[in-house]
Amino acid sequence: MTAEIDKSSKAELHVTTSTLNAKNYWDHFLARWAVNREGHRVEPGLYALGKPTPDSPVFVSANYTLSFDTLRSSLKDIDGFILVLDTKGINVLCAAGKGTFGTDELVNRIQTTQLQEVVNHRTLILPQLGAPGVSGFEVTKRTHFKVEYGPACARDLPEYLKTHTATPAMRRVQFTLMNRLTLIPVELVSVLLPLLILLLIGWKGPAAAILAGTILFPILLPWIPTHNFSTKGFILGAVVALPFAIAAFMKDPGSALWLRSAWALVYVLLIPPITAYLALNFTGATTFTSRSGVQREMFAYIPTMAWMFGVGLLLNIGIIFVR
Amino acid sequence: MFNAYQTNTLQYDPALCTGCGICMEVCPHGAFEMRDRLAYLVNPQACMECGACQSNCPFNAIHVESGVGCASAIIRAALLGKKEATCSCG
Repeated sequence: MTAEIDKSSKAELHVTTSTLNAKNYWDHFLARWAVNREGHRVEPGLYALGKPTPDSPVFVSANYTLSFDTLRSSLKDIDGFILVLDTKGINVLCAAGKGTFGTDELVNRIQTTQLQEVVNHRTLILPQLGAPGVSGFEVTKRTHFKVEYGPACARDLPEYLKTHTATPAMRRVQFTLMNRLTLIPVELVSVLLPLLILLLIGWKGPAAAILAGTILFPILLPWIPTHNFSTKGFILGAVVALPFAIAAFMKDPGSALWLRSAWALVYVLLIPPITAYLALNFTGATTFTSRSGVQREMFAYIPTMAWMFGVGLLLNIGIIFVR
Repeated sequence: MFNAYQTNTLQYDPALCTGCGICMEVCPHGAFEMRDRLAYLVNPQACMECGACQSNCPFNAIHVESGVGCASAIIRAALLGKKEATCSCG
């Protein structure tokens, strides 16, 4: 016997599938390139996936298209419900940090969708990375729905659903090369204006520093020595600065030694602080750096970055004037 | 060498633990482990201060200062004289 969903319920039940189409992929592409950053939204509310019955599982997601689409495309051949919270078009982990993927919104969305009328059971499966914003025991107290935290990655959901327990590996959040590669476009877009200006005025060294900080750094992150992102950035910056410094030193063998050295020094001073700053900034995109750690890094290294950059800039201007 | 991530604000009081195991479930970095029906903080330096364990512990056994950790957001907050950083990320 298959129970029917009570369609007399006043709340609207949206319909979705586990298949992504060309339009979805195009939307993901635009989101990755930060086009219309906060406009990649799905309507909050309750969605039927496949042919759910009142006994089918309820999954909770954010109203960011990438979050919602990752969830539904991971649930191939699974019938269920997806409860989409209004996270203002922000992904699960970031929205949980802000509190929009949170206890109040979850309780509110359960009530407005009249979920208790739609399903027979009282269990919600939340993404594990939504846990920072949600207090599971409080949701139960307020709605009688039990919160169950699924795996960190939606792709492990089919495996999770067999036993409703996640292995320790499924509980760990990763930051793979693929994860880091997908972040590069957004990092690039965020520095596009200064990058274009630098290229227009022909200031190649700092332009290279920006490219290194936004493209090379995310790729090479785990392999650059030291723990702190700033020091990793200084190291990468020094490597990038070296050819520029050597080229500047060799460029005009006829001119004075001090002038050639000063030109080389300009690059050594200007490039590393730029990559170091961009590297430090990348902590915001990772899934493992703590806030207090980032603050300790900032206090330790930002003064050095500022001094190096300031002195390098003055030296550059100074040389131009002296000549 | 100085490692800014060696320490963090995670504090755990085992005396308040009832062994429900939710901290171990929600932690994305395996900071907690269950031994003899009690939670043990086995990997404290892996904590990213997301606050999931704190908000889901029904017995208030865990405290951690969580918040927006983006360097640019913290700088912006400092420059604008705001107490709490808010990120602009999607």
